[in-house]
Amino acid sequence: MIETLFPLGIAHYLLGGLCIGAGVSWLYYSTGLIGGMSSVFTSTWSFVIDLPFFQQSRFVNSRNWRLVYAAGLILGALIWMLSFGEPFRTSVSWWQLGLGGFVAGFGARQSGGCTSGHGICGLGSLQLPSLAAVLTFLTTAIVTATLVQLIGGV
Amino acid sequence: MSKLGLLSILAAGILFGFGLSYATMIQPEVVLSFLRLEDFGLAWVMGGGALVTLIAYQYMPRLLRRPLFAPTFDRHSATLDRKTLGGAAIFGIGWGISGVCPGPAIAGLGAGNWPMLISLLGMFLGALAQGLWIGRKKTLATASA
Repeated sequence: MIETLFPLGIAHYLLGGLCIGAGVSWLYYSTGLIGGMSSVFTSTWSFVIDLPFFQQSRFVNSRNWRLVYAAGLILGALIWMLSFGEPFRTSVSWWQLGLGGFVAGFGARQSGGCTSGHGICGLGSLQLPSLAAVLTFLTTAIVTATLVQLIGGV
Repeated sequence: MSKLGLLSILAAGILFGFGLSYATMIQPEVVLSFLRLEDFGLAWVMGGGALVTLIAYQYMPRLLRRPLFAPTFDRHSATLDRKTLGGAAIFGIGWGISGVCPGPAIAGLGAGNWPMLISLLGMFLGALAQGLWIGRKKTLATASA
Protein backbone atom coordinates (compact mmCIF):
# COMPACT_ATOMS: atom_id res chain seq x y z
CA MET A 1 0.00 0.00 0.00
CA ILE A 2 2.70 2.46 1.10
CA GLU A 3 4.84 1.55 -1.92
CA THR A 4 1.92 2.07 -4.27
CA LEU A 5 1.01 5.50 -2.93
CA PHE A 6 4.62 6.66 -2.44
CA PRO A 7 6.89 4.85 -4.90
CA LEU A 8 9.82 7.14 -4.03
CA GLY A 9 9.33 6.94 -0.25
CA ILE A 10 8.09 9.70 2.02
CA ALA A 11 11.17 10.82 3.99
CA HIS A 12 12.39 13.53 1.60
CA TYR A 13 8.86 14.85 1.07
CA LEU A 14 8.18 15.14 4.79
CA LEU A 15 11.61 16.59 5.68
CA GLY A 16 11.36 19.12 2.85
CA GLY A 17 7.86 20.10 4.00
CA LEU A 18 9.02 20.56 7.61
CA CYS A 19 11.88 22.71 6.35
CA ILE A 20 9.44 24.90 4.37
CA GLY A 21 7.32 25.19 7.51
CA ALA A 22 10.41 26.16 9.51
CA GLY A 23 11.13 28.95 7.00
CA VAL A 24 7.59 30.32 7.16
CA SER A 25 7.64 30.04 10.97
CA TRP A 26 11.00 31.78 11.28
CA LEU A 27 9.69 34.59 9.11
CA TYR A 28 6.73 34.94 11.49
CA TYR A 29 8.82 34.66 14.64
CA SER A 30 11.34 37.28 13.55
CA THR A 31 9.14 39.75 11.65
CA GLY A 32 5.48 38.82 12.19
CA LEU A 33 5.03 38.58 8.41
CA ILE A 34 2.87 36.01 6.59
CA GLY A 35 5.00 34.69 3.76
CA GLY A 36 3.14 33.28 0.77
CA MET A 37 5.02 33.38 -2.50
CA SER A 38 2.66 34.74 -5.14
CA SER A 39 2.33 38.37 -3.96
CA VAL A 40 5.86 39.17 -5.13
CA PHE A 41 4.64 38.78 -8.72
CA THR A 42 2.30 41.75 -8.23
CA SER A 43 4.25 43.84 -5.71
CA THR A 44 7.35 43.93 -7.94
CA TRP A 45 5.35 45.62 -10.74
CA SER A 46 4.74 48.55 -8.38
CA PHE A 47 8.35 49.64 -9.01
CA VAL A 48 7.56 50.40 -12.66
CA ILE A 49 3.79 50.73 -13.12
CA ASP A 50 2.13 53.87 -11.87
CA LEU A 51 -1.50 52.66 -11.96
CA PRO A 52 -3.52 52.86 -8.71
CA PHE A 53 -3.94 49.09 -8.51
CA PHE A 54 -0.20 48.45 -8.35
CA GLN A 55 0.44 51.47 -6.10
CA GLN A 56 -1.73 50.14 -3.27
CA SER A 57 0.11 50.37 0.04
CA ARG A 58 -0.01 46.60 0.59
CA PHE A 59 2.14 46.16 -2.53
CA VAL A 60 4.39 49.20 -2.19
CA ASN A 61 5.10 48.54 1.49
CA SER A 62 5.91 44.88 0.99
CA ARG A 63 7.78 44.98 -2.34
CA ASN A 64 11.26 45.17 -0.81
CA TRP A 65 10.99 42.38 1.71
CA ARG A 66 9.19 40.15 -0.76
CA LEU A 67 12.13 40.45 -3.16
CA VAL A 68 14.57 39.65 -0.33
CA TYR A 69 12.43 36.61 0.54
CA ALA A 70 12.49 35.53 -3.13
CA ALA A 71 16.28 35.98 -3.24
CA GLY A 72 16.49 33.70 -0.19
CA LEU A 73 14.47 31.10 -2.06
CA ILE A 74 16.99 31.09 -4.90
CA LEU A 75 19.91 30.92 -2.45
CA GLY A 76 18.29 28.05 -0.56
CA ALA A 77 17.95 26.05 -3.77
CA LEU A 78 21.57 26.85 -4.65
CA ILE A 79 22.75 25.61 -1.22
CA TRP A 80 20.74 22.42 -1.75
CA MET A 81 22.34 21.89 -5.16
CA LEU A 82 25.85 22.41 -3.78
CA SER A 83 25.29 20.10 -0.80
CA PHE A 84 22.81 17.33 -1.67
CA GLY A 85 21.58 17.72 -5.18
CA GLU A 86 22.72 17.87 -8.71
CA PRO A 87 21.67 20.25 -11.45
CA PHE A 88 18.33 19.30 -12.85
CA ARG A 89 16.71 20.46 -16.07
CA THR A 90 13.04 19.92 -16.52
CA SER A 91 11.91 18.24 -19.71
CA VAL A 92 8.43 19.77 -19.52
CA SER A 93 7.91 21.55 -22.83
CA TRP A 94 8.24 25.31 -23.15
CA TRP A 95 4.61 25.90 -24.06
CA GLN A 96 3.51 24.09 -20.91
CA LEU A 97 5.91 26.13 -18.77
CA GLY A 98 4.95 29.46 -20.34
CA LEU A 99 1.21 29.00 -20.64
CA GLY A 100 0.98 27.25 -17.26
CA GLY A 101 3.01 30.03 -15.65
CA PHE A 102 0.81 32.76 -17.09
CA VAL A 103 -2.46 31.10 -16.08
CA ALA A 104 -1.14 30.16 -12.62
CA GLY A 105 0.17 33.69 -12.07
CA PHE A 106 -3.17 35.23 -13.04
CA GLY A 107 -5.17 32.79 -10.93
CA ALA A 108 -2.98 32.94 -7.83
CA ARG A 109 -3.20 36.74 -7.76
CA GLN A 110 -6.93 36.69 -8.38
CA SER A 111 -7.34 34.16 -5.57
CA GLY A 112 -4.98 35.97 -3.21
CA GLY A 113 -2.76 32.97 -2.68
CA CYS A 114 -1.14 29.89 -4.15
CA THR A 115 0.15 26.54 -2.89
CA SER A 116 2.14 28.35 -0.19
CA GLY A 117 -0.22 31.29 0.49
CA HIS A 118 -3.40 29.21 0.82
CA GLY A 119 -1.85 25.76 1.20
CA ILE A 120 0.71 26.41 3.91
CA CYS A 121 0.02 29.86 5.42
CA GLY A 122 -3.76 29.69 5.01
CA LEU A 123 -4.19 26.15 6.32
CA GLY A 124 -1.69 27.02 9.08
CA SER A 125 -4.03 29.90 10.01
CA LEU A 126 -7.03 27.54 10.06
CA GLN A 127 -8.70 29.69 7.40
CA LEU A 128 -11.77 28.07 5.91
CA PRO A 129 -11.55 30.15 2.68
CA SER A 130 -8.01 28.85 2.18
CA LEU A 131 -9.14 25.25 2.68
CA ALA A 132 -11.84 25.83 0.04
CA ALA A 133 -9.23 27.39 -2.27
CA VAL A 134 -6.86 24.43 -1.80
CA LEU A 135 -9.58 21.88 -2.56
CA THR A 136 -10.62 23.94 -5.62
CA PHE A 137 -7.14 24.27 -7.13
CA LEU A 138 -6.26 20.63 -6.40
CA THR A 139 -9.38 19.56 -8.29
CA THR A 140 -8.78 21.71 -11.37
CA ALA A 141 -5.05 20.88 -11.35
CA ILE A 142 -5.66 17.12 -11.25
CA VAL A 143 -8.18 17.34 -14.10
CA THR A 144 -5.92 19.60 -16.16
CA ALA A 145 -2.73 17.58 -15.64
CA THR A 146 -4.56 14.43 -16.70
CA LEU A 147 -6.00 16.11 -19.82
CA VAL A 148 -2.61 17.58 -20.77
CA GLN A 149 -1.09 14.10 -20.60
CA LEU A 150 -3.86 12.79 -22.87
CA ILE A 151 -3.07 15.38 -25.54
CA GLY A 152 0.60 14.47 -25.40
CA GLY A 153 2.17 16.85 -22.87
CA VAL A 154 5.00 15.68 -20.62
CA MET B 1 12.56 47.01 8.24
CA SER B 2 15.96 46.94 9.98
CA LYS B 3 19.02 45.26 8.45
CA LEU B 4 18.67 42.39 10.92
CA GLY B 5 15.02 42.06 9.94
CA LEU B 6 15.91 41.86 6.25
CA LEU B 7 18.65 39.31 7.00
CA SER B 8 16.21 37.13 8.87
CA ILE B 9 13.75 37.38 5.94
CA LEU B 10 16.59 36.18 3.70
CA ALA B 11 17.23 33.29 6.11
CA ALA B 12 13.52 32.38 6.05
CA GLY B 13 13.61 32.34 2.25
CA ILE B 14 16.73 30.14 2.31
CA LEU B 15 14.99 27.57 4.54
CA PHE B 16 11.94 27.68 2.27
CA GLY B 17 13.98 27.27 -0.93
CA PHE B 18 16.11 24.50 0.55
CA GLY B 19 12.98 22.64 1.68
CA LEU B 20 11.32 23.00 -1.73
CA SER B 21 14.43 21.62 -3.42
CA TYR B 22 14.98 18.81 -0.91
CA ALA B 23 11.36 17.75 -1.39
CA THR B 24 11.95 17.73 -5.21
CA MET B 25 9.14 20.27 -5.69
CA ILE B 26 11.38 22.24 -8.06
CA GLN B 27 11.04 19.34 -10.50
CA PRO B 28 7.75 19.85 -12.37
CA GLU B 29 7.80 16.17 -13.33
CA VAL B 30 7.39 15.20 -9.67
CA VAL B 31 4.53 17.67 -9.15
CA LEU B 32 2.79 16.39 -12.29
CA SER B 33 3.14 12.80 -11.06
CA PHE B 34 1.23 13.89 -7.94
CA LEU B 35 -1.46 15.61 -9.98
CA ARG B 36 -1.79 12.44 -12.08
CA LEU B 37 -2.21 10.43 -8.86
CA GLU B 38 0.95 8.38 -9.40
CA ASP B 39 2.84 9.54 -6.29
CA PHE B 40 1.08 11.20 -3.36
CA GLY B 41 4.28 12.55 -1.78
CA LEU B 42 3.29 16.20 -2.31
CA ALA B 43 0.63 15.73 0.38
CA TRP B 44 3.44 15.21 2.91
CA VAL B 45 5.18 18.36 1.77
CA MET B 46 2.09 20.53 2.12
CA GLY B 47 0.95 18.70 5.28
CA GLY B 48 4.35 18.93 6.96
CA GLY B 49 4.72 22.59 6.02
CA ALA B 50 1.21 23.50 7.16
CA LEU B 51 1.58 21.63 10.47
CA VAL B 52 4.77 23.45 11.51
CA THR B 53 3.20 26.74 10.37
CA LEU B 54 0.01 26.00 12.29
CA ILE B 55 1.94 25.58 15.53
CA ALA B 56 3.91 28.78 14.90
CA TYR B 57 0.88 30.88 13.91
CA GLN B 58 -1.17 29.62 16.86
CA TYR B 59 1.37 29.83 19.67
CA MET B 60 3.83 32.59 18.85
CA PRO B 61 1.35 35.47 19.27
CA ARG B 62 0.22 33.96 22.60
CA LEU B 63 3.66 33.23 24.02
CA LEU B 64 5.57 36.26 22.74
CA ARG B 65 4.74 39.92 23.16
CA ARG B 66 6.10 40.82 19.70
CA PRO B 67 8.28 39.42 16.91
CA LEU B 68 12.07 39.77 17.23
CA PHE B 69 12.48 42.65 14.77
CA ALA B 70 8.99 44.11 14.29
CA PRO B 71 6.20 45.54 16.46
CA THR B 72 3.29 43.20 15.63
CA PHE B 73 2.30 39.76 14.39
CA ASP B 74 0.26 39.91 11.15
CA ARG B 75 -2.85 37.80 10.63
CA HIS B 76 -3.59 35.82 7.49
CA SER B 77 -6.88 36.86 5.95
CA ALA B 78 -8.82 35.35 3.09
CA THR B 79 -12.48 35.76 2.21
CA LEU B 80 -14.72 33.02 0.92
CA ASP B 81 -16.05 34.56 -2.27
CA ARG B 82 -16.17 34.11 -6.02
CA LYS B 83 -12.85 35.89 -6.51
CA THR B 84 -10.94 33.59 -4.15
CA LEU B 85 -12.52 30.40 -5.49
CA GLY B 86 -12.55 31.43 -9.16
CA GLY B 87 -8.92 32.50 -8.89
CA ALA B 88 -8.05 29.20 -7.23
CA ALA B 89 -9.74 27.28 -10.04
CA ILE B 90 -7.73 29.24 -12.63
CA PHE B 91 -4.53 28.81 -10.62
CA GLY B 92 -5.08 25.04 -10.56
CA ILE B 93 -5.48 24.94 -14.34
CA GLY B 94 -2.13 26.71 -14.78
CA TRP B 95 -0.47 24.53 -12.17
CA GLY B 96 -1.84 21.42 -13.90
CA ILE B 97 -0.51 22.54 -17.30
CA SER B 98 3.07 23.10 -16.14
CA GLY B 99 3.55 21.47 -12.73
CA VAL B 100 5.07 24.77 -11.59
CA CYS B 101 3.70 27.00 -8.83
CA PRO B 102 5.15 30.34 -7.65
CA GLY B 103 7.70 29.08 -5.07
CA PRO B 104 9.38 26.52 -7.33
CA ALA B 105 9.34 28.93 -10.30
CA ILE B 106 11.60 31.20 -8.23
CA ALA B 107 13.64 28.54 -6.40
CA GLY B 108 14.27 26.49 -9.56
CA LEU B 109 16.69 29.17 -10.76
CA GLY B 110 19.02 28.53 -7.82
CA ALA B 111 19.34 24.90 -8.82
CA GLY B 112 20.16 25.79 -12.42
CA ASN B 113 16.80 24.68 -13.75
CA TRP B 114 16.86 27.38 -16.44
CA PRO B 115 13.71 26.35 -18.34
CA MET B 116 11.81 27.45 -15.21
CA LEU B 117 12.65 31.02 -16.27
CA ILE B 118 9.86 30.65 -18.83
CA SER B 119 7.41 29.87 -16.02
CA LEU B 120 8.74 32.73 -13.95
CA LEU B 121 8.25 35.15 -16.82
CA GLY B 122 4.77 33.73 -17.45
CA MET B 123 3.84 34.29 -13.80
CA PHE B 124 4.99 37.90 -13.83
CA LEU B 125 2.93 38.49 -16.98
CA GLY B 126 -0.08 36.65 -15.54
CA ALA B 127 0.06 38.78 -12.38
CA LEU B 128 0.40 41.90 -14.55
CA ALA B 129 -2.65 40.91 -16.59
CA GLN B 130 -4.63 40.27 -13.40
CA GLY B 131 -3.72 43.68 -11.99
CA LEU B 132 -4.60 45.51 -15.22
CA TRP B 133 -7.87 43.60 -15.51
CA ILE B 134 -8.96 44.27 -11.92
CA GLY B 135 -7.81 47.88 -12.16
CA ARG B 136 -9.88 48.37 -15.33
CA LYS B 137 -12.95 46.75 -13.78
CA LYS B 138 -12.69 49.12 -10.81
CA THR B 139 -12.31 52.18 -13.05
CA LEU B 140 -15.37 51.16 -15.09
CA ALA B 141 -17.38 50.59 -11.92
CA THR B 142 -16.44 54.04 -10.60
CA ALA B 143 -17.26 55.67 -13.95
CA SER B 144 -20.71 54.12 -14.14
CA ALA B 145 -21.54 54.80 -10.47
